[in-house]
Amino acid sequence: MVESILPNIIVDVLGETCPIPLVEMRKAVMKAQEGQIIEVKGDHGPSKLEIPLAVKSLGLKLLHVREDGDGVWHIFIEK
Amino acid sequence: MEKTTIVVHSGDLDKVLSALIIGNGFLAMGDEVTLYFTFWGLQRLMKGKLSKAPLSKMNFFGLGAWMMKRKMKKAGVATPERLMADFKALGGRIIACEMTMEVMGISREKLDANLIDEFGTVGMYVDESKKSQRTLFI
Repeated sequence: MVESILPNIIVDVLGETCPIPLVEMRKAVMKAQEGQIIEVKGDHGPSKLEIPLAVKSLGLKLLHVREDGDGVWHIFIEK
Repeated sequence: MEKTTIVVHSGDLDKVLSALIIGNGFLAMGDEVTLYFTFWGLQRLMKGKLSKAPLSKMNFFGLGAWMMKRKMKKAGVATPERLMADFKALGGRIIACEMTMEVMGISREKLDANLIDEFGTVGMYVDESKKSQRTLFI
């Protein structure tokens, strides 16, 4: 099921630290249309925790959080 | 929509950076944000002076600030310029305090017009603050 999430927008914040992943996520949410799916992909550990907090605060839907073995995480958000 | 207002009184690099990071954080998490620049904070709104700033501690005549910038670059921390551009892109507002401009000897011509949304005095800050759920003084 998880494999079937196809994002409309991909936000690549690999190598970026706080607060850039959060900021780039917000920019993508501003651009996205209702119902579209955004994938945020990064490797800054603390951002993996704060983005779901922002998703809740913005009233969006957190679909899935996946972490690869190499510390890279993927967060799927529905607007 | 909730609102956060931050007074940027300090012009120190580390404190302005904190204000920009917190401001961006609140914008990213759904607040409206106003930064009210006053006293030494105003120096950071002068053309080309955003990151030409001392540290609040251990500045050592600029050596500390230089070292901090080097460490930040190595750690991949965003520059004040990038954070300012993000702040504006996310709809953050900037007010420059007109009264302290006079005290600090800073004319409108010396300030970067691209950064400033409005010029105001304490009444404007109070008005913004009364509509805010949070207000910080940095």
